[in-house]
Amino acid sequence: MSTEVKQKESLFSKKNRKLISDPFNDNNPITVQVLGICSALAITVKLEPAIVMSLSVLFVLAAGNVIISLIRNLIPNRIRIIVQLVVVASLVILVDQFLKAYAYDVSKQLSVFVGLIITNCIIMGRFEAFALGNGPWKAFMDGIGNSIGYGVILIAVAFFRELLGSGALLGVQVIPDSWYIANGGFYANNGFFLFPPMALIVVGLIIWAQRAKNTKLIEEN
Amino acid sequence: MGQELINLFVRSIFIENMIFAYFLGMCSYLAVSKTVKTAVGLGIAVTFVLVITLPVNWLLENYVLQPGALSKWLGADFKDVDLSFLSFIMFIAVIASMVQLIEMIVEKFAPALYSALGIFLPLIAVNCSILGGSLFMQERAFGTISEAAVYGLGSGVGWFLAIVAIAAIREKIRYSNVPAPLRGLGITFIITGLMGIAFMSFMGIKL
Repeated sequence: MSTEVKQKESLFSKKNRKLISDPFNDNNPITVQVLGICSALAITVKLEPAIVMSLSVLFVLAAGNVIISLIRNLIPNRIRIIVQLVVVASLVILVDQFLKAYAYDVSKQLSVFVGLIITNCIIMGRFEAFALGNGPWKAFMDGIGNSIGYGVILIAVAFFRELLGSGALLGVQVIPDSWYIANGGFYANNGFFLFPPMALIVVGLIIWAQRAKNTKLIEEN
Repeated sequence: MGQELINLFVRSIFIENMIFAYFLGMCSYLAVSKTVKTAVGLGIAVTFVLVITLPVNWLLENYVLQPGALSKWLGADFKDVDLSFLSFIMFIAVIASMVQLIEMIVEKFAPALYSALGIFLPLIAVNCSILGGSLFMQERAFGTISEAAVYGLGSGVGWFLAIVAIAAIREKIRYSNVPAPLRGLGITFIITGLMGIAFMSFMGIKL
């Protein structure tokens, strides 16, 4: 298939590159398409689970997009949602078993949220909107692009929450000990950032910043 | 026993609210909360599906998937069988087929409700709060089927309250002068965050 595409247009033609770069800003899955918020925000207290989650979604979305795109002409329209769910669920089982075997601590922290990748709207959304109508290589690029767009927001939220909430990044203390009030300094962690509602507010602020720069995204109401 | 069930019910509505504590079902929560009427329809549909799928998945979990569960009714030969790695695919299959089944039943026996729910019913299969309910049920290992059903009802009612509340606020906020880049999605996120902070006040309550 990919050789066929090659004859028509090169693998990294401008159009194909746009599939990867668009989801960063103009078509970001979280801040513009409003997909995949469900399982994302609960695991952004720390940077590490957020990175693992982004990588898991990257794998599931890219592989799932390719599989759905390969069998897109064989799926009867009426039962396509169930077929899609089965494909995602099988991929997620792979990820879950892999994490349990090689990264048990992170797997415990993510708890049910690995399983919830199955119903992550970003995956069904991209299957429906893209993989069902495009070839495997394009679907692969689209999967990579969208999961990176998703990961960027997830990691940005986790960065601020971990830095301001516990003064650390990736579990390593970055605020000097002598700054803290307990040691005679002036600084205190904002424990509020560790609570779930702050994730929503941080995303709201990111949307504000993004749309202030990119004014064509502003909504009427 | 009865008191425990009531505690579980209240806890799953307020303290462990699906939206404000776990962010489950956020996509449809944000997409369908523009008017109160559609929000009520979706809220009822989600509650309905949660109440039905949780007990079914509880039976599946306890009689098929758990290590040794098959030996409860197939004899001691199956004592060592552990099918728990299949739980994701089984749960989602149950949810998708239940949604299909409920859709057909409602279409046949309650056409008025069917047309009111419209497109939302099939979309519930991919609503994270449904699968989330089943996965939390598995993680917490509820002892009886009635606990699973009550947990489903409580989570559903909590989700219903959250989406109706945000829809009402969004109807009103249309008349406010929100900064242009925040309009629509941004302000909805921030309001949901503030509502979550309000719901946190239930956290100290021990039931």
